[in-house]
Amino acid sequence: MSLIRYQAPQLSNWPSFDRLSSLRNDLDRLFDLSWSGRDSGLFSGWSPALDVFDEKDHFVVNAELPGMKKEEIELSFQDGVLSISGERKQSTEKTEGETYRSERYFGKFQRSVTLPVAVDSSKISASYKDGILSVTLPKSEAAKPKQIQVNVA
Amino acid sequence: MNPTLTKSEPQPVRNGGGGAPRVEYATPPANILESKDGYVLEAEMPGVSKDGLEVTVENGELTILGRRTAAQPKGREVYRESRQVDFRRSFELDPSIDTAKITAKIDQGVLTLHLPKAEAVKPRKIAVNS
Repeated sequence: MSLIRYQAPQLSNWPSFDRLSSLRNDLDRLFDLSWSGRDSGLFSGWSPALDVFDEKDHFVVNAELPGMKKEEIELSFQDGVLSISGERKQSTEKTEGETYRSERYFGKFQRSVTLPVAVDSSKISASYKDGILSVTLPKSEAAKPKQIQVNVA
Repeated sequence: MNPTLTKSEPQPVRNGGGGAPRVEYATPPANILESKDGYVLEAEMPGVSKDGLEVTVENGELTILGRRTAAQPKGREVYRESRQVDFRRSFELDPSIDTAKITAKIDQGVLTLHLPKAEAVKPRKIAVNS
């Protein structure tokens, strides 16, 4: 039994479908939104894909965050919820020339995931490689699966 | 208007003969900017390193192919949103691009291509002698 919120996988390139699947995130964001402008992300937001794996004694949470700097990614863990947020800044030097295609999203994002069992928050570690953030969350001792030997007389 | 770098839809590739399953690709989101000297193309391919990257130019068409090289965790999948498919996309090249001078680099899953224009087509100031 996992208590992770369901979100439809983002199988489509249609922005409107992405919007639907990230609706919950957008609603979450609505409450701490400062209406700072067009990049507020409410309707044009970026919802990086998240994967969660159960590796027996730890969880791995992977997030696809291409083209960021390590310092631009923020991670926090509170009450069993891992939050990943940050802001991707446009790195390309501004050219006076024409833009032919602009499909990449720049701006803020925020994702969170509820872990189904207790994890040891002091031992959480993360790495960022090839545009994928990988967070390792060791399960707390009590939550680790244990094998119990049953001796039949 | 000069219709440059028009996107052509990625062609699904078939494995071997007919009836073989289609290889599915994801289309990487891309930005294309023009500068005085050429074009800059950026494409997002998370999970692709330098080793998984193939950039080819053939018949005036640029194709980028990114294979996911990052190892997947072996544990039980609790939740998944990412698509574990490779990336592929083709672009029609402006004939003014000097294909011999195209350079590519990939950093944190973002491929950046510099596509310089041939010297002959660069804008040039001509001094007027009185």
